[in-house]
Amino acid sequence: MRPGFLIKMGGALLVLSLGLLINPVDLPGIDQLGIDAGAAFAADESPAVEEEAVSPYQPAPKLTEKDYPTFLGFNGRVFVWIAAQLHLWFAAFVLAVPIFVFIIEAIGMKTRDKRFDSMAYEFIKVSLTAYSLTAILGGLMAFGLLVFYPHVMGYMTSIFKESMIFYALIFFAESACLYIYYYGWHWLQGPFKKWVHLTIGLLLNAVGTVLMLLANSWLTFMMSPAGIDAAGVFGGDVWVAMHNFLWNPINLHRFVANIAYGGSIIGAYAAFKFLSARTAEEKAHYDWMGYNANFVAIAGLLPLPFAGYYLVAEIYAYSQQMGITLMGGIFAWLFIIQAVLIGTLFLSANYYLWCGLGRSEGGVRYYKYMKYLALAIVAAFLVWFTPHTLVLSNEELKALGGPYHKYLGPLGIMPAKNTAVNIMILVTYLSFLYYRRANKIATVDWVKAGNAAQIALFVMAFANIFFLGIYHGYFTNTVYKVAASIPQVLTTLTVIVISTVIDSFIYKNSKEVAPQRWGRVPPRSQYALFLLAVSFTWLMGLMGYIRSGIRQHWHVMDVFRDNSPDAFTPSLGYATNVISVATIMFMAMVIFVFWLAQISGQKTQTAGFWKE
Amino acid sequence: MKIPRLLQAVLVLVGVYGGFVLVFDVILEQVIPSSLLNMYMFFVAAGTYMVFTFNEESTEQIVAPIKALVEDPSRKKIRNVVFVVLPLFFGLFTYQQMKPSFEAPLELRTIHPAPPAAVKVFGKRYNLLTLVNPYRKFEKEDPEKFDELVNEGGAVYIKNCQYCHGDKLDGKGPYAQGLNPVPLNFQDVGTIAQLQEAYLFWRISTGGPGLPKEATPWLSAMPVWEDFLTEDEIWKVILFLYDYTGYSPRSWEHE
Repeated sequence: MRPGFLIKMGGALLVLSLGLLINPVDLPGIDQLGIDAGAAFAADESPAVEEEAVSPYQPAPKLTEKDYPTFLGFNGRVFVWIAAQLHLWFAAFVLAVPIFVFIIEAIGMKTRDKRFDSMAYEFIKVSLTAYSLTAILGGLMAFGLLVFYPHVMGYMTSIFKESMIFYALIFFAESACLYIYYYGWHWLQGPFKKWVHLTIGLLLNAVGTVLMLLANSWLTFMMSPAGIDAAGVFGGDVWVAMHNFLWNPINLHRFVANIAYGGSIIGAYAAFKFLSARTAEEKAHYDWMGYNANFVAIAGLLPLPFAGYYLVAEIYAYSQQMGITLMGGIFAWLFIIQAVLIGTLFLSANYYLWCGLGRSEGGVRYYKYMKYLALAIVAAFLVWFTPHTLVLSNEELKALGGPYHKYLGPLGIMPAKNTAVNIMILVTYLSFLYYRRANKIATVDWVKAGNAAQIALFVMAFANIFFLGIYHGYFTNTVYKVAASIPQVLTTLTVIVISTVIDSFIYKNSKEVAPQRWGRVPPRSQYALFLLAVSFTWLMGLMGYIRSGIRQHWHVMDVFRDNSPDAFTPSLGYATNVISVATIMFMAMVIFVFWLAQISGQKTQTAGFWKE
Repeated sequence: MKIPRLLQAVLVLVGVYGGFVLVFDVILEQVIPSSLLNMYMFFVAAGTYMVFTFNEESTEQIVAPIKALVEDPSRKKIRNVVFVVLPLFFGLFTYQQMKPSFEAPLELRTIHPAPPAAVKVFGKRYNLLTLVNPYRKFEKEDPEKFDELVNEGGAVYIKNCQYCHGDKLDGKGPYAQGLNPVPLNFQDVGTIAQLQEAYLFWRISTGGPGLPKEATPWLSAMPVWEDFLTEDEIWKVILFLYDYTGYSPRSWEHE
């Protein structure tokens, strides 16, 4: 292991957080990146130059079809694909749950409301079974890779051997933290012990995040290799290979997405329990749990399009070829499916909130506004998934005089999408505001002024988002088109923050107009929670395939060619079928996890079985 | 008279559908493709469902007539009619969708395939990731010379390109109607405005035959301009394309 490697690893979190603050336009240009960048970085350190002269590392292997073993007629790619995807879904779930369990536990500690503590415990209980499934599937994926792609694993291991061992060792820490956190939950209660428990929760999250960062560096190395020369010979500095161009964008995107995903799976669990509940108390408990899980999912969902946009902008900046393959080329149609699924997430999240208005009689006064919110969100959604290149019949093609539509075509490019998604986010936030106000009446004497300020804020925000989207999106050059998305995002975030602050002051010491009756929601709302979880799962599968697929016939982009019989890019139908089958397998496993959580609380009376 | 909720929902759907057809097909005279209209209507229906069912009272009003139709003994006649007509309607609809037609199947063609990392033309190898238009710098450094280069590019365009891509660069040249796929419309915000100049250089110099496999089935009539134009002429014509349309090439640098 190179000296200082552990220190660098320890600094990974710090670098990540600093890296996220770097403005994309400040990043080095394309000519300084990728393979050349790796060589350049290696050349900065004189020992590396010496090492290069007598490099102990081999160039990327040049494989033939025979170098890819076959086994019992299994299709190696599909095997690894499904195993990796199942592993990733569970991993995302088990990494995310401790994050919001930690937050909920802290809220419970601060407010001294035991309900939060019980809910946090129930969340972590669900994730515990999923943890072992994550490990099993991780093993399946690793062995699948070793069996079907031994040379790829050999090459990757030669570069990342330190971080791979480090990764395996960190699992001891992860397991230790998780088991103490879970099994010690009721033991570590009380003024001092609770702090100890919370600290273990924090450690669990820190260790989990480092695990994710390590695994991310391997896959981003395959997309945007660094620290190697044009032949794939490693320069010797594993930090350079890890800190490749797409590492931080993926880290950010996965971190936020995991939270949203974890929230949605827990939401599905609560819905499952709600629908099978027999008593009013149980219904009330799981309704409340579902609401909180949905809140977490939406909180993660709202910034997710921005993190995704940042990632794709960085992919474009790294390689025009990859960027166009992704969004203008062969994968563009999967992006339409992605858009539809993301829109479905927003629709189901909003529907769940609207259904929740019925928990309190006070919510009835806001019913009349929901149709306007629906109008705005559906209109934004239609723009969001309108493709640029349309599927046309010959007759339509003739009538339009070309594959582009004069009026709908402009809706197919990113400025329109950015505008639409910001509107969708703001409308979702509005739904939440209405929900929050449902059972309250403000008592402060400046309530009218406060409401007027909020209305003004929203009107200005909508105007600004439209101006930025239309003016910068269509009447300036590309660099400003991309840059305009940043003030759009900031507008949305500003409105959310300021409006939340104003609202919390307006409703401080508010009167309750009618009690919030947990459990009084229609079963339909619970199916919206299921829809949320299934859409998220399918979406992650699709997007994960695209992210990996844009390497096309390369194991390591432009360096290590994939010469297996499966090196072709599958058709959209084939790919979506594989992902759909994997989604069904995952949902079946999740139901198994839910069932385990259910039976763990059940007791059977066995009179006469045991000796008295 | 208050319109029943179920009828309201149906009227919303019919109204939106009619609205799309009226606005696009009649007023704007740009037909709305049926593939897109179907997707639009699916989600309009989802939104309508959300609005009409998020509270119990409204849901009951929607469901009540359907429930009555199925359960109420006094509605036996109408129930029998509906139970015959509805399956017939869906059967007919399915038949219409599935029956063979003479229409060529729809194509999901990639208009802008991803460029290779490097391209070999004019006997040289160009790295498309780093390739820049050698004349672009004159836009700031020597505007007069730049205008001259644009004019030269214009002359190249008129002599070679306008037959297909049109004298207004809108893809409607005299030969355009005879081609499938039709020539690209450079005035559209989604074509050259989204691309780097290196991409245009690759597309122009290697033409239809130089397209990657992913773009197949590809019958593009675009010639391999490497055989007819010089490298300089291609760079100049690229300057002209951007100058005439008023777009700037995709770039990562601020002005």
